[in-house]
Amino acid sequence: MRHRLDLRIGPVAFRIGSAWPGPLDALAKLYAGYPTPEDGLCDFTVRLEPEKPWRRFIRPSVAIRGDYVLPDAVPMALAHGLLAAEMGMNLQMALGQKSYLLLHAATVEKDGRALLMTGESGAGKSTLAALLGERGWRLLGDEFALLDLESGALHPFPRAVSLKNGAIAVLEAEVEAARFGPRLEGTPKGAIRHLRPNADALARMDEPARPALILFPRFGAAAAVRGVGQAEVFVRLTQASTNYVALGRRGFDALTGLVRKVPALAIDYPDAETAIGLVEDFRRELAA
Amino acid sequence: MSHARLLVRALRDPASVADCDWAGLVSAARAEQLMGSLAFRMAGRRVPPRIAALFEDARRDAAQVRTQALWEAEMARRALAPLGVPVILMKGTAYHAAGLDAATGRSVGDLDIMVPRESLGAVESALLEAGWEHVKATDGYDDTYYRRWMHELPPLIHRTRDRMIDVHHTILPLTARSRPDAGALIADSVALESGLRVLAPADMIVHAAAHLFADGDLAGGLRNLWDIDRLLREFASPDFWRTLGERARRHQLSGPVGRALRLAERLYATPVDRAVAGRPRLGDRLFEARLLARNGWGQERRKALRFAFYVRSHWLRMPPLMLARHLWIKATR
Repeated sequence: MRHRLDLRIGPVAFRIGSAWPGPLDALAKLYAGYPTPEDGLCDFTVRLEPEKPWRRFIRPSVAIRGDYVLPDAVPMALAHGLLAAEMGMNLQMALGQKSYLLLHAATVEKDGRALLMTGESGAGKSTLAALLGERGWRLLGDEFALLDLESGALHPFPRAVSLKNGAIAVLEAEVEAARFGPRLEGTPKGAIRHLRPNADALARMDEPARPALILFPRFGAAAAVRGVGQAEVFVRLTQASTNYVALGRRGFDALTGLVRKVPALAIDYPDAETAIGLVEDFRRELAA
Repeated sequence: MSHARLLVRALRDPASVADCDWAGLVSAARAEQLMGSLAFRMAGRRVPPRIAALFEDARRDAAQVRTQALWEAEMARRALAPLGVPVILMKGTAYHAAGLDAATGRSVGDLDIMVPRESLGAVESALLEAGWEHVKATDGYDDTYYRRWMHELPPLIHRTRDRMIDVHHTILPLTARSRPDAGALIADSVALESGLRVLAPADMIVHAAAHLFADGDLAGGLRNLWDIDRLLREFASPDFWRTLGERARRHQLSGPVGRALRLAERLYATPVDRAVAGRPRLGDRLFEARLLARNGWGQERRKALRFAFYVRSHWLRMPPLMLARHLWIKATR
């Protein structure tokens, strides 16, 4: 490939190749301060390449490929090349990761206790995780939680947070401009802006955390909290996992271990401040 | 050196790769569906820790691949048992079910089975009854084409398990110039404990060779050739070579079988019988170049060569007039 960027994010190393310099320039800027994998070794390779050879120049369109590919993935505009790189990394994790049980969840940690938030797209987990990450919690990741199959610990995977639409302004009000990527308009999910986690999250990306609470947040309704039974938690987390089936018995053992040990709550919240208040209440209860 | 060649060298002689481009080797292996096989070959070798962990994952993953493949075969067995027809497993699932060396780390995608042609209708109905569904519409050109000219039914996919099944009734399209003896393939197949069957050893090689060199455009061919290498090393004996020569002639596939043996020897140093392999041909180099057209980013290389083999695959598959009509229909829809 013409252009190459190597990135290590927590335990996972990526090699990203691109036919154009633009996507990787944007990626390098966004991921400033991240470690480079040792000796050019990587777990996964991502390729950003023209869908057809001539599409490198004429109406350039970026096909997201790599070690693992989705056969019918739709190519993206070159202006959204940064998003294509992010999606390429997600795709490799979702299809190829076999070292950890992968949960589609946001994770933050404070005082050694990690909070795992999962829910449908739009539940607000990325926004909450990003806000908590600015208010004394350590951000482990907003997209994937990596559950260790032996120890049951959560490994940080602090990728850039993907903020969508309304959430962008919320975080712009709290975080210095240098940590943001470019604002991408008109993506399949509307406007997107990436946010680099803070220095603490990067410095401690090799430090796992113990899960202490599982949260199913839901944005939009009046504040409410209810307990969730283990069977429901288990089923919801199998649905939130991309590799539960592929891991077989090991995935089952890791997930049942998590569900048995860690309490779970579902919360409704009308705005982010209410949710953060609830989370801080839970933290104090767990500490007591 | 192309990374496909590095991959071939690593499979053939794991001790020979020490200080290589590991990232490129892994990407080439993943692209060629050979990561599991490579991981087992590299077990116990000195490898950088990050790559060793990937191989470890791939070896563990292989157990799960095997479980899922055998379960899928069992599901088909249960669906078809009431019909009382012989059901022969083919390719990867067959290697796993028969416990052959070729199964070590072998990935399995679709379930491939073979049944007698006269049972096709009953088999299809039983599978539909048991939860498999058609992938494509059953009234279009593709469906008609499959049923009239192909060696298999249009692919079916299981509604809940999301796995495909290919139901064959012979090993080459009916439009190909060679006409394998499907009756003999079934008559000489070997029963497993489960009641499912696999092809006899020589027929297994004939099928793998036919699939690779008499059908298709050789995409992903390194894995099929690796199967052939593993099978030949396990089956080799004077009796086996004699039988293989006879079976290849009987199925009108001496050419592809010879080609398979020569290419396996060239790439994987497989010990082969000269009488069956035949003398090296000029074309062997082209086949070798086609099989190795993969770089260290996992991309396919040598576009013109690949296109030539693509054209060849259609040429092999049907007579010129039929090919013209087929391409016309495909181009104008």
